[in-house]
Amino acid sequence: MTTTETAVFGKVPPDGSPAGAAGSRSAVDLTPASRSGLFWVTSDAWLLAKRSLIHTWRVPDVLVFSSVQPVLFVLLFTYVFGGAIDVGPGKNYVDYLMPGVFAQTVVFGAMLTGMGLATDKQNGLLDRFRSLPMARSALLTGRTLADLVRNTFIVLLMLAVGLAVGFRFHDTSAPEVIAGFAVLLLFSYAFSWISATIGMAVSNPEAAQSGGLIWVFPLVFASSAFAPVDTMPGWLQAFAKHQPVSVTIDASRALFQGGPLATPLISSVAWSVGIIAVFGPLAVRVYRRSTSR
Amino acid sequence: MSESDAPAVLMEGVRKNYGSTQALAGLDLTVAAGTVHGLLGPNGAGKTTAVRILTTLLRPDAGRAEVLGLDVARSAAALRGRIGLTGQYAAVDERLTGLENLEMFGRLYRLPARRARARAMELLERFDLADAARRMSGTYSGGMRRRLDLAASLIIAPPMLFLDEPTTGLDPRGRIGMWEVIGDLVRDGTTVLLTTQYLEEADQLADQISVIDGGRVIAEGTADELKARIGGHQLDIEVARGGDLTAAAGVLAGVGTGEVTVDEQSRRLSVPVPGASVLAEVVRGLDAAGVALVDVALHRPSLDDVFLSLTGRASGAAAHDGGGAASDTPPAQGGGSEPQDLVTT
Repeated sequence: MTTTETAVFGKVPPDGSPAGAAGSRSAVDLTPASRSGLFWVTSDAWLLAKRSLIHTWRVPDVLVFSSVQPVLFVLLFTYVFGGAIDVGPGKNYVDYLMPGVFAQTVVFGAMLTGMGLATDKQNGLLDRFRSLPMARSALLTGRTLADLVRNTFIVLLMLAVGLAVGFRFHDTSAPEVIAGFAVLLLFSYAFSWISATIGMAVSNPEAAQSGGLIWVFPLVFASSAFAPVDTMPGWLQAFAKHQPVSVTIDASRALFQGGPLATPLISSVAWSVGIIAVFGPLAVRVYRRSTSR
Repeated sequence: MSESDAPAVLMEGVRKNYGSTQALAGLDLTVAAGTVHGLLGPNGAGKTTAVRILTTLLRPDAGRAEVLGLDVARSAAALRGRIGLTGQYAAVDERLTGLENLEMFGRLYRLPARRARARAMELLERFDLADAARRMSGTYSGGMRRRLDLAASLIIAPPMLFLDEPTTGLDPRGRIGMWEVIGDLVRDGTTVLLTTQYLEEADQLADQISVIDGGRVIAEGTADELKARIGGHQLDIEVARGGDLTAAAGVLAGVGTGEVTVDEQSRRLSVPVPGASVLAEVVRGLDAAGVALVDVALHRPSLDDVFLSLTGRASGAAAHDGGGAASDTPPAQGGGSEPQDLVTT
């Protein structure tokens, strides 16, 4: 540790008196470390991600509730509605259902990104972060990465539930299965950025929650998640076939169970990359203009 | 400009609108380095907007704003490494412990991990939070959270500290504790800009006070100067007989520094007086005049009193100032020179 540079930050008493006890005198060298911009972007994002993961770990109700809902969906659709839904000759409904449940899980899970950010905004932490010399993107990348980790955990949990009720991989390989989950999680990460933009733009977590859900519901339910799109009325099919949630489900379904892969895979990845490219910079822009309250 | 005579904060004609609402209407403010400056005003006066501009959270629409010689818009990034901000609510992460909070903020202030931790421990010790260091800050009392919040803004020992209503929501004990901490900081040479709704708080802490209303400074001076301007104390008396009102008013006029107001209905009279020392004189005078008293009360001026008296005159001052136009010269610092002549007419 050197103390030669403390004058820059450590003390600036205008009258030249010794720097003081309450805050200005310190046995610790308070010179900031000097690193590259990229280092700080990564390091700050990691610090903020770690913070969000500590939250999840320490107050696990969010984790519990975001797991219970998809579990109920699995049970409900497998045992109640599943018998009435025809997914094709010789096909098992639970095999059809699970990729849809995975997608539903990650999309709803991504909506928590905005709620967390809106909470930071409401309780004044946003102002503190914005007044610090940290990377402008860190709060958002940290939060979205932590939510990606949480979503990965919940998806694996759902996989265990699925396997317990009879879900199996068919006509596939380990790399394809992994790719299937990668497609889902990339999509989850993309939706976190939409959610982050909403969370930064609204004034409280309740608004972030309702604002996040309104447009997500039709995307999740008017999709290939729970029933084949061909059974829907013609006007709805056009939307349901091509919208991002459907193509992501179709891509992961093909990777888990075999079937036509190229078109849904390309569409899903294009949607995810496109969403991140648009909403990433947009969310940071909104962040830079947001203040608490 | 050398460090010593450059002002720590300089605002000239700063304007900020939120949509059609005018938050700052040409605010001029100078804070001398090493002093505590109080920004006093009611809710909605523009205090928080001013602090947000100075801490780079908001960009001004017009005017010039500099902190430590750095322009808040052009040099925002450099400035953030040299200031501390404590906002209106304790902005700490409730789900992290006190230690985790300070370590995280230390790292975000660019301190390497080990030094961030050492500094966190040092501050927890200093702010009497060492025992609670490993508890989630959500379990802290209001006063403890405020202290943690203040500690977070002091991590890099910033030469310039902004405190936006640092004692709002604290009980009297917590408030006094906070005053002591701020007092220590000031003795150590930190420049502090403090906003408050309480005259008493500004009185306790600030070397210089700017009263703001409607997004502009309407008066400036030391606490004593401001109080002297509205007569120091207010004396209220209630007489037993309506017929004594005139005699009592005569006695009060003799000691008061302003006009005597008389409410015939309730038989109450009040007058601004210079201090408690006049009380004996008043009682003797009333006794000599044969006035029978029901009640006597002496109270210190509240912000309401100061504010009422200042805004009453400020409407006239604004007229000769050409409405909202910002003055060309920054307000002079210290002593008796004022941006506007508000001395009793």
